[in-house]
Amino acid sequence: MTMELDVFVGNTTIMDEEVYQLWLDGYTVNDAVKVRMDGGVMEECEASADVLLSDTMDQYRTFQMCERLLHSPSKLGNQLLFQIPPHRQAMLIERYYTFDDAFVREVLGKKLSKGTKKDLDDIGAKTGVTLKSCRRQFDNFKRVFKVVEELKGPLVENIRHHFLLSDKLARDYAAIVFFANNRFETGKRKLQYLTFQDFAFCAGQLISNWTVGAVGEPSVLFPSFVCYMDVDLDKEFLQELKELKVLITDKDLLDQHKSLVCTALRGKTKAFNEMETNFKNLSRGLVNIAAKLTNTKDVRDFFIDLVEKFIEPCRSDRWTAADIRLYLTHYNNSAHILDTFKHQVVWDRYMGVVKSCIFKMYHD
Amino acid sequence: MPGKLKAKIVAGRHLPVMDRASDLTDAFVEVKFGNTTFKTDVCHKSLNPQWNSEWFKFEVDDEDLQDEPLQVTVLDHDTYSANDAIGKVYIDIDPLLCSEAASVISGWFPIYDTIHGIRGEINVLVKVELFNDLNRFRQSSCGVKFFCTTSIPRCYRAVMVHGFVEELVVNEDPEYQWIDRIRTPRASNEARQRLISLMSGELQRKIGLKVLEMGGNAVVGYLQCFDLEGESGLVVRAIGTACTLDKLSSGSAPNTNTHIALPTTSSSPPPFSPSKPCSRQSSSSDTDLSLTPKTGKNTWPRPLTHSHPSPSPHCGEFPFFTLTSFPPGFLVHVGGVVSARSVKLLDRIHNPALGNTRSYKLLDWNSVTADEPETRDAWWEEIRQEIKSHAKALGCHAVVGYSESTSICEEVCILSASGTAAILNPRYMREGSNCLFEEPSPPSCGFCHIPYDELNMPFPAQLTYCYLCRRQKVPDVLFTTIDLPPEAAVTGKGCLIQARLCRLKKKAQGEVNATAISNLLPFMEYELHTQLMNKLKLRSMNSLFGLHIQISVGENMLLGLASATGVYLTALPAPGGIQIAGKTPGELSNEHHILTIQKRINDTIAKNKELYQINPPELTEEVVGSPIPEPRQRSRLFRSHSESSDEVSELDLSHGKKDAFVLEIDDTDAVEDIHSLLTDAPTPTGFYSCNTEIMPGINNWTSGVQMFTSVRVFRLSNANLTNQGLNKIFTDLCENLLKSFYFKLRSMIPCCLCQLNFTVAVPEEELIQVTVTAVAMTFDKDQTQEKTADKPPTKGLSGGSETEEQLQFPLELCADSSSANSASVDYGSFADRCSTWLELLRLKAHTMRRGSVKTSRRTHARIHSHTPPCISVTVVKMTPLSFLPGTRIIKYLGIINMFFIRETTSLREEGGVSGFLHTFIAEVFSMVRAHVAALGGNAVVSYSMKECMLMENPNKNQAQCLINVSGDAVICVRETDQEPTPSTTNIGHTSASATDEAT
Repeated sequence: MTMELDVFVGNTTIMDEEVYQLWLDGYTVNDAVKVRMDGGVMEECEASADVLLSDTMDQYRTFQMCERLLHSPSKLGNQLLFQIPPHRQAMLIERYYTFDDAFVREVLGKKLSKGTKKDLDDIGAKTGVTLKSCRRQFDNFKRVFKVVEELKGPLVENIRHHFLLSDKLARDYAAIVFFANNRFETGKRKLQYLTFQDFAFCAGQLISNWTVGAVGEPSVLFPSFVCYMDVDLDKEFLQELKELKVLITDKDLLDQHKSLVCTALRGKTKAFNEMETNFKNLSRGLVNIAAKLTNTKDVRDFFIDLVEKFIEPCRSDRWTAADIRLYLTHYNNSAHILDTFKHQVVWDRYMGVVKSCIFKMYHD
Repeated sequence: MPGKLKAKIVAGRHLPVMDRASDLTDAFVEVKFGNTTFKTDVCHKSLNPQWNSEWFKFEVDDEDLQDEPLQVTVLDHDTYSANDAIGKVYIDIDPLLCSEAASVISGWFPIYDTIHGIRGEINVLVKVELFNDLNRFRQSSCGVKFFCTTSIPRCYRAVMVHGFVEELVVNEDPEYQWIDRIRTPRASNEARQRLISLMSGELQRKIGLKVLEMGGNAVVGYLQCFDLEGESGLVVRAIGTACTLDKLSSGSAPNTNTHIALPTTSSSPPPFSPSKPCSRQSSSSDTDLSLTPKTGKNTWPRPLTHSHPSPSPHCGEFPFFTLTSFPPGFLVHVGGVVSARSVKLLDRIHNPALGNTRSYKLLDWNSVTADEPETRDAWWEEIRQEIKSHAKALGCHAVVGYSESTSICEEVCILSASGTAAILNPRYMREGSNCLFEEPSPPSCGFCHIPYDELNMPFPAQLTYCYLCRRQKVPDVLFTTIDLPPEAAVTGKGCLIQARLCRLKKKAQGEVNATAISNLLPFMEYELHTQLMNKLKLRSMNSLFGLHIQISVGENMLLGLASATGVYLTALPAPGGIQIAGKTPGELSNEHHILTIQKRINDTIAKNKELYQINPPELTEEVVGSPIPEPRQRSRLFRSHSESSDEVSELDLSHGKKDAFVLEIDDTDAVEDIHSLLTDAPTPTGFYSCNTEIMPGINNWTSGVQMFTSVRVFRLSNANLTNQGLNKIFTDLCENLLKSFYFKLRSMIPCCLCQLNFTVAVPEEELIQVTVTAVAMTFDKDQTQEKTADKPPTKGLSGGSETEEQLQFPLELCADSSSANSASVDYGSFADRCSTWLELLRLKAHTMRRGSVKTSRRTHARIHSHTPPCISVTVVKMTPLSFLPGTRIIKYLGIINMFFIRETTSLREEGGVSGFLHTFIAEVFSMVRAHVAALGGNAVVSYSMKECMLMENPNKNQAQCLINVSGDAVICVRETDQEPTPSTTNIGHTSASATDEAT
């Protein structure tokens, strides 16, 4: 029985989470009905295909009407059109802003522009995400980026506040915004093995340690009065990183560092010999990355550099993750004992992040 | 100058972008009351303007205060061209005129535009100062309370029930005025909305005056309707029951020995007129072809009216009550359903009062010169007389559960009225002489006892001694339009029973058309009645409550829909089964066929007995004393086509005469009938349904409540449809709707759909529209066996001690409305960062109270916790019932009566008719909720959607819809004895889950 008109409106807006997910995933009404039928919901309540179709249409319509509000989630809370209990609102928002890791991996670090949007067809085909869902996810990235870009204050907090997302999701978005803003290269073949979560973790490290906002703890009572930006790296810090070059340019310092590290490592790992022979190369690699970060181009290549200059040599020597951990810890700590090395603070701030990034990026 | 109205415009939010260049809006507000207009300053370049205006003061008559709404218009300032309207808010200030209702209106209202829908919100504050006015000739009736609820409102005691009040006002419909051919749709829609608002204000004021005249202070069961008669005008009419109510102080138990007086029915009990033939469901249909007003008496014989002494000369002397449930002891006996229909031709309503000075010429037909006989008033008067005489024929002096309705198609109008004939307790009458009742009947069965004389029965019926008290006679079947009395003894559970019917008719004009329709009406009533009776037997039940029969007229068909709640009354005898008989018993194949059907029917009956838990106590014949000497015999069920059409009022609708029902299969029609009988799908496990206030057999409701409205329109594709084909389509339409509800609400199981209110219409030639409003309520499965009748009526309210209640109250308020105290604070706009700091702290405090603050390394960052900022919107529950389960109504804030028009010229872009109507209904809900919240309320009870009229023109990409809703705004708190002092942390959770039960 096909209806000319068929609506159902509840005083409390009725939303089925399963249908919502199908809608978000970009299923058409008919496909969604098929999925629901296969899911066995019909037996649950002696429903017929007609009933299911009518219900799905209703729900899709409701979601479409809500979509406008979901674009600025704070509106959802004080709009009057739909009466939705608070925890349902949270669910709607959270799901709407949830993305596919496979999809985000493709656009991570890319400019969130029209040009990229045109490529969504290809990305969709590659990742198996429907075009509709790709568009939603991409538009979400763009929307969050646009709102947060100009805002002062901690990035994660800004996202959470404006989009009412959970802590985890807000952090993921912070990573996406951060990557898009600094245009980190993530698409190279050598980086393909890294997942979005690897990058998100690294972004978190960079945001909380290398940005302007990372320096001073803002006042507890007036968080918004402190003017700093979380999206950009701390320029002063990047300048200071140049000073670290002394570790590789000063021959004495380099040898001293090597012997300290080797003393500490001896007998603790099977890869000791490789560590000893590679020490100078690896140290040069890491310090050079630091010294070059003043160039925007080199910032973009930060992750590829880490892989090429450190991770790949280690991997070819078959270091284990534990080896890496051991090596980097001593590499970092030993620098403190070097009496002529004066840049302990910068060194720690740099190595702290690099260390945890490498730990995350080093897959056995 | 008896009143001062003060209004203040505070702020706006989420305004639409009116200036494409800047993506902003320069908004200002016009506040209008009567002919006075004030303006706020323009708030430049903001979508969230803060006007914070001064108090605008209007000094007005209280008469105007009752009639006029406050009109708030939001506009976009434009230096060079005309200012663009963003939208409007109409605020009915009637609730402020009654000292016991709301004292201030304050809150966010959706800004509504008839073309664009809701466009942002505006925060308005309204107050009224009333001066004492001792003028005896005043035209206002401030202070009279109105209730849509059809029972005595929960926190009141009825001191006196005065009786029936009615009024109607007529005007030209602005839509049909010539000026509207050149006016914009927006202007025309707004003129209509405003006019109807004015007319209903005036109507309410006039009814109020009548109530004051009768010495009452309230109208209960207030039912207001619109008749959009097209070219011939617009009628707003209302009926209600005038009462004197006393507010119960909170905590005190309701007085059980309510003093009820029936001044209008105080005459001696009606004498019997044994000669009158009348059926249990006494009904009649007639046509008054109003073409020749001077001669105008009807063409149909109406044997029931002429022999009675004419009613007392002053009008309003109808012993009718719009109430459907009553204080204990009020209802003595119930006779049966009485109904009357009449087909009229609409003529242009003459409008002599054009010299009126008001902006809209309002005219009521009572003031029209007496030589104008064909008025709507006279039509209704006639119908009411008929109802009254039907009631008398049933030996009853009153009609309860009374309602009136119309169905209009082009210039034909069917007026219908129905109610339940009853005898009310004469002890409470003022001159209670001539008492008929020697002994009080037991409350659990008394109302079932026949009011008429056993020896002079108005219609043939099988009487037995009451199965409960065994002292008085009861009929075998009882049909009523009222709710099941709470004290009635019931076996098992009830269920929704519907009879559906389509009848084709030829397209015709004027008189021919009207005659054709009135010829069809009796057959339709008969068939609906037959269907109801068969379905009742199939469910093994013996009575119907809340019976509502709607007959809707279209150009080429008539639709009939009867809905009721079937119940097994313990006092009445068990219904016999249904037997199938073949016309030609010789044929073997036929015989076999009949046997199969018979088996299916018997199986269904057995299954239903189990489903509805109908296990009546077995009684032996000796105990009952089989009073009817007549031997059992099978009576043939007459099919309508074999009836003579002239004897309309003598239709024998009393099928219940014999203990077994015989359906004779003599033609395909009968086969169809039996099939349709058996195709009604049983409700899925866990679901129950009824169309009454109380679901018989369920009384342990939990807090899950989901009110909903659903509309379906079906387009008949096949041009040459038969009656059977149409019936099938119509039945499927209704059945599928029910199935859809069960599916959508499956998460609420175990659950009952209550007050299922179906409305049918034929908006265009090939369209059938079904509109349903109902509420789904969850209940506790384990206690369903508990008996309602066992519960003393006083117990409900006398539970907790005074101190407990006071403790509970403030807690409950913030729980129920997701924090009502923050209603005026908008956390959503953080535009001004510095000043929101205080709010942040408050928000933090709130979230902490809700127990969802997580501890973390950087506590300052958690101020915006994960909880969304929903706190600024009060949760408003809506229900068509007069109560919300698990709560206690502590205050009635006034009646909600709203009329909206929505139109679109971009139907496709808005998602077709479905998208358009979906949005509109959601908008209407939100406007109702906003008004209730602004009055300080948190719920609407007795909510109903009286009109949902949709017109579409997909070719032009256009559609228009009119919706009229009403209800009572209330404040309710959770019942004290249900949950002893819940801790603060789980309040948020429980209230959330309560509203979310449905999802």
